[in-house]
Amino acid sequence: MNGLFRYIAVLAGDPQADRTVPPTGFTARLTVFTAGAMAFLAVFALALSLATGRIADRWESELARTATLRISAPMDQLDAQQAAALTVLETTPGIASARALTAEEQKALLEPWFGPDLPVESLPIPRLIEIVETEEGYDPAGLRARLQAEVPGAVLDDHTRWRDPLIAAAHRLRLLAVVAVVLIGMATAAMITLAAQAALAANAQVIRVMRLVGAQDMYIAGAFVRRFTLRGLMGAVSGTLAGMVAVLLLPSTEVAGGFLTGLSFQGLGWLVPLAIPPLAAIVAFFATRAAALRTLRDLS
Amino acid sequence: MIELDRVAYSYGGGELFSDVTLTLAPGSFQFLTGPSGSGKTTLMKLCYGELRSTSGHVRLFGQNAREMGRDDIALCRRKIGVVHQDCQFLDHLTVAENIALPLTVAGRGAEAADYLADLMAWVGLTHQANQLPPELSGGERQRAALARAVIVSPDVIIADEPTGNIDWEMSQRLLRLLVELNRMGRTVLIATHDLNLIRAAKAQVQSRVLRLTGRRLQVAGVDL
Ligand SMILES: Nc1ncnc2c1ncn2[C@@H]1O[C@H](COP(=O)(O)OP(=O)(O)O)[C@@H](O)[C@H]1O
Ligand SMILES: [Mg+2]
Repeated sequence: MNGLFRYIAVLAGDPQADRTVPPTGFTARLTVFTAGAMAFLAVFALALSLATGRIADRWESELARTATLRISAPMDQLDAQQAAALTVLETTPGIASARALTAEEQKALLEPWFGPDLPVESLPIPRLIEIVETEEGYDPAGLRARLQAEVPGAVLDDHTRWRDPLIAAAHRLRLLAVVAVVLIGMATAAMITLAAQAALAANAQVIRVMRLVGAQDMYIAGAFVRRFTLRGLMGAVSGTLAGMVAVLLLPSTEVAGGFLTGLSFQGLGWLVPLAIPPLAAIVAFFATRAAALRTLRDLS
Repeated sequence: MIELDRVAYSYGGGELFSDVTLTLAPGSFQFLTGPSGSGKTTLMKLCYGELRSTSGHVRLFGQNAREMGRDDIALCRRKIGVVHQDCQFLDHLTVAENIALPLTVAGRGAEAADYLADLMAWVGLTHQANQLPPELSGGERQRAALARAVIVSPDVIIADEPTGNIDWEMSQRLLRLLVELNRMGRTVLIATHDLNLIRAAKAQVQSRVLRLTGRRLQVAGVDL
């Protein structure tokens, strides 16, 4: 606690002290800009990470408990096979409900491809039955065997075939987003270190004079640390706000389709990017402190 | 307070001086003379820890200078007021801020308000308070440097050619300020090769003259 206080005490300087180091206009603007750009990128990386996590969770919980039965048969046998299939499903343990899609629902599914006027009833399109499992689940192999005997045109699609690689991909994507956030933080630290080092080197004569009149390393470092922490914070605040506005303006579910629509923050998720500015300030603080103390050691 | 014991200083190829023994006793008033390039500035830098001796011992307020870290040296410098040969101001700060700098970096900036005005009047710079150092004349710079050297009430005042580039009138004024400080109990060491200045001082204060020549430090005779 005491050590922590000593770290933070550096930040509590008087404005008079900060004037001893001359303003460094260009480095200052570069630092603010880079911190802002990094924060902007971090917002997207966070959004991606949260969204992929959400998608993986949803796929795991929802798709896991649904399956589809597809019945392809000559037109005159479709109704009979559908009825047979429903009977089989109703008597299968582990199936909560089974429901044939209505003609309207099938029409809606096909509409994006064939337009609104498709005469579904008169076409030999497969019938679809939506299956919802219970918590315990059913035995797909057993069900397939029974269906093969009683409903020759039925194909059970239990979604696991395409679900597993998708979930794996979502998890991988989330990991990459987290790695991106970490890399952004490290790049910010590196950039601020370079900027602070440049500022210290440019002020070697000022530092010399301050030492001649009795300034200790911590005092000199403090003047730089305060400046760069403030700049990092300012840049990160603007970058984060800009990033959040950009995420807010992403097209919503109704407009676009599929995976991309889930990218926005949801509910309390909007609070997560607000952690970026303080984190950026912390990164700036420690990066400048280390750079300053190292440079001051070398300048002696 | 500051003691040099058989100290030598060499750089690169050559030895600047060796076997130098010097004590800045409390309340003493001493001059350091010698030809240009004999090492007067270097010797003074050893006295405030800006340089380290090649051999021999330097003791600053009882501590071995060789064993002191940067921060220890910094604390020491708050007890030593130095008038540098080239003044060493921060050109982006006003004259008043420069003079208050030793207080500021010691975290005592608030105290400056109490006696900064008096101090500036004492060195005759009241009207220059808000100017920038490059706008000052040679004499004004030297007086500002002296004011900065004494603002922390140092025990020791080290002045490196404080009258180097100012007229006789002004150097007399500066000398009077240093003598005044000595009467208040401060230890004073002045580097100069202005013999007239030394003679003028001898009339006002009991002083000793050291001569750095031929790589040795000697006490100069009364004849001068
Ligand atoms: N580190 C160094 N490197 C090169 N030359 C040096 C170094 N230190 C001192 N000198 C030389 O030593 C001489 C003494 O310098 P200085 O102490 O300023 O003498 P003074 O103040 O008596 O004129 C000068 O010629 C200076 O160039
Ligand atoms: Mg000199």
